[in-house]
Amino acid sequence: MINKELELYLHIPFCKSKCKYCDFLSAPAQEDVKIFYVETLLKEIRQKSYIYKDYKVTSIFFGGGTPSILERNEIKKIMKVMYQEFTIEKDAEITIEANPGTLTYEKLNEYVMSGINRLSLGLQSTYNEELVLLGRIHTFEEFEENYDLARACGFRNINIDLMSALPRQTLETWKHTLKRIINLNPEHISAYSLIIEEGTPFFIQYQEDCKRREKGEKPIILPSEETERNMYYLTKKLLSQAGFQRYEISNYSKPGKECRHNIGYWTDKFYLGLGLGAASYIEGTRFSNTSILSNYLETDFKAYDVVELTSKESMEEFMFLGLRMICGVSMNKFYNKFHRSMEEIYGDVIQELQKDGLIQLLLKQGEKIIKLTEIGLDVSNYVLSRFIIE
Amino acid sequence: MGNIDQSKIRNFCIIAHIDHGKSTLADRIIEKTGLLTNREMQEQILDNMDLERERGITIKAQAVRIVYKAQDGNEYIFNLIDTPGHVDFNYEVSRSLAACDGALLVVDAAQGIEAQTLANVYLALDHDLDVMPVINKIDLPSADPDRVVEEIEDVIGIEAQDAPRISAKTGLNVEEVLEQIVKKIPAPKGDKEAPLRALIFDSLYDSYRGVIVFCRIVEGKVKPGTSIKMMASGAVSEVVEVGYFGAGRFIPCDELSAGMVGYITASLKNVKDTTVGDTITEAKNPCAEPLPGYKKVNPMVYCGMYPVDGAKYPDLRDALEKLQLNDASLQFEPETSVALGFGFRCGFLGLLHLEIIQERLEREYNLDLVTTAPSVIYKVHKTDGEVIELTNPSNMPEPTAIAYMEEPIVSAEIMVTTEFIGAIMDLCQERRGTYISMEYMEETRALLKYDLPLNEIIYDFFDALKSRSRGYASFDYEMKGYERSELVKLDILINKEEVDALSFIVHSETSYERGRKMCEKLKDEIPRHLFEVPIQAAVGSKVIARETVKAMRKDVLAKCYGGDISRKRKLLEKQKEGKKRMRQIGNVEIPQKAFMSVLKLDDK
Repeated sequence: MINKELELYLHIPFCKSKCKYCDFLSAPAQEDVKIFYVETLLKEIRQKSYIYKDYKVTSIFFGGGTPSILERNEIKKIMKVMYQEFTIEKDAEITIEANPGTLTYEKLNEYVMSGINRLSLGLQSTYNEELVLLGRIHTFEEFEENYDLARACGFRNINIDLMSALPRQTLETWKHTLKRIINLNPEHISAYSLIIEEGTPFFIQYQEDCKRREKGEKPIILPSEETERNMYYLTKKLLSQAGFQRYEISNYSKPGKECRHNIGYWTDKFYLGLGLGAASYIEGTRFSNTSILSNYLETDFKAYDVVELTSKESMEEFMFLGLRMICGVSMNKFYNKFHRSMEEIYGDVIQELQKDGLIQLLLKQGEKIIKLTEIGLDVSNYVLSRFIIE
Repeated sequence: MGNIDQSKIRNFCIIAHIDHGKSTLADRIIEKTGLLTNREMQEQILDNMDLERERGITIKAQAVRIVYKAQDGNEYIFNLIDTPGHVDFNYEVSRSLAACDGALLVVDAAQGIEAQTLANVYLALDHDLDVMPVINKIDLPSADPDRVVEEIEDVIGIEAQDAPRISAKTGLNVEEVLEQIVKKIPAPKGDKEAPLRALIFDSLYDSYRGVIVFCRIVEGKVKPGTSIKMMASGAVSEVVEVGYFGAGRFIPCDELSAGMVGYITASLKNVKDTTVGDTITEAKNPCAEPLPGYKKVNPMVYCGMYPVDGAKYPDLRDALEKLQLNDASLQFEPETSVALGFGFRCGFLGLLHLEIIQERLEREYNLDLVTTAPSVIYKVHKTDGEVIELTNPSNMPEPTAIAYMEEPIVSAEIMVTTEFIGAIMDLCQERRGTYISMEYMEETRALLKYDLPLNEIIYDFFDALKSRSRGYASFDYEMKGYERSELVKLDILINKEEVDALSFIVHSETSYERGRKMCEKLKDEIPRHLFEVPIQAAVGSKVIARETVKAMRKDVLAKCYGGDISRKRKLLEKQKEGKKRMRQIGNVEIPQKAFMSVLKLDDK
């Protein structure tokens, strides 16, 4: 009997060039490497699928890198094999990430024909100057062209990635970016504040900026904390006015258009990651593929970093992942899963966080819910870390 | 071993400035000699010495006994006794010197004499040791041995024309050193038949054998079964084993007699029974007078030491007791702090000594510590005539009860190349120094003499000195006495609450500067809270500096990609771990390292 649900993630670790803020597993690559990679990925799909015969696939997500960098035939082939190998639900959400400038009419048509029904466009900003500083290789105009093309090809579910707190960005340009995107009327918007990750070119710039701030000098590129916060408040305000609901810390959507795949990560759904470095979570066990391309290409499909979650870790994850959802977590579900009450495990923490105004408790259709408050969302890291048990 | 002729024994140490090659030369000497005489080697085989007993026990290289076959055809026993090289450890140097008859003075052929070299040479001369100069590092391109010979003769006033010119690194001319040790270092004297008199110069605690006493036999002899008495502590015990120091292990022998350096075990369990500097004699046939021992050295720098984990307080006490066993200059007594809980106020010879003890506690005893700002001993003259010796700023009386205060002053000697004289004089000026004199050692180097308040040099003076002279200045000091001074207690308030562990005493003129720096430093160390956290420095009720840790407004994890949860978890765990290592003051959490960060406020 097929009753268990599974999400699939496929990693395409290639891009035209690496962005200055990016610390994901991706890099530019030669054409023959890409071809070989797709072949290997197909092998992996074929090899592993039999283990998941009892699962029905509810969502598929092509992430990267830049999945749209692949030839349309390659996507077609991957999708074909996926349908052959897995049981995929009829209304499964199937997303592909794409970078503006890599899409053509032919590609988009092929995606639709292959069953892909959701497109995620990594735009980040509508200002070409800001895009250049990020190391993006497309212009806003190219994006607009691609967006119209996607609509024309029949995409009825499009996400646009945006980033605030960018170098040289001002509250004014951010406002304008938001407005221009709202006017395009996409179904979903991911709005992140730029986070400076160690090991990226931005990290060095950021450190220099910090030094300048200390000396009381004007930082060169990054907006001040004040500006950053105002950008964030503006995001919440403008998107909500335009009918977008915030359903996760950084994600906004039109009603019913939440990204099911992404929600799965926060709500204890099982997912299988395929491709280089992809992470999986199956029946309480987390594991990853190798992150070394040459090993992967030699068909190393073994599970690495295998962690069978203890009940303690499971409880922690229930909390710190679940609370990323604006709707919060259910105490009833917690009890059903762990046979211990949330109050018993986290009573003190909940009380303290509630006192500090970071979480709120409410009853919803007989269910006891705890969720982050607006302030709690601002400092979610702090709040979530409290749910790690000593 | 009992019948080794005294005339064939040489007891010596090596004194040198840091990096002039003391350890390298010691290694070379050990390499070029043997550990046993021919006869002993045979005996060892015949006796089938139970090596099992030695297994697992290694001794610190405080002393090593080696055998040298000299050009005259005789075998000589060398006892090489280690000495620390830093200014803090004059006292330790002095106790090592007391076990020797001579000293090798190693001088870098490129650097020449340094302030510390001088200090140590004077100490050796005080102990009536024959000082034998050795010019090292002659293989360096910048070596100028002739100049250094001249310097030794001019500055120290000892003959250096025939000093061996060596490279300890390459081994060049090291034999010449060995030959000169035989010829120039005097053999020990002392009557073997007189009642036992032995000087304890170090000791070590071993959980199987109890205290292992390192001693120099000055007169008489000692062997297993001898009933011995510690003259100062009065403890009596029967000798279990005597022996000497092999490289890295103890080698038992039948007897130690006058002139020898070795160890004694006597099932001594109590650390306090064997103080370094005490004289050992025979219980039944005691000597008339103890040896002069050592000048007792008092700690000059105090600080509070607290275990990060309060439950480790008894462990900290045990560890301090063990360390005190072979470091009599370490002192400690229990104290409590509102901010840090239970701990100890510990006294040290100087900041380096403090750092070494701290590191040993952390490494060897696996303790996590928080250390408060070091303080010197201030004399507080109260209006009622009482005088308090203040080692903990928290105990300072109310300002109205204080008539005046005194602080310790040291006489400092700084040797510096001429191009940095200006910079170093500026530094001494900033640290409230009083200029005494300047002498040129040679064209390019001068000896600066300053009187400096001790509390100005215990923080970061040494670092500042090095950085402002690009490493070319060397420094030594000795206690001069107390002088009246305008001192105030600077308190730090975090979110309006005084943090006792951060209080310290400072000259009123520098209080603003220090208060400001403390606040700045703390601002960087204290994480953001959900509310604004003011950090203030205050003298009495007057706030003299203020910084604010802004309220946390944003703390969001980055995009989670492809369900990579383990990375998120690591971040959250790190954050949680960080919180665990914090001290709660009121409703503010202060990381342990904030308490340490204020120790280093150097600006340049």
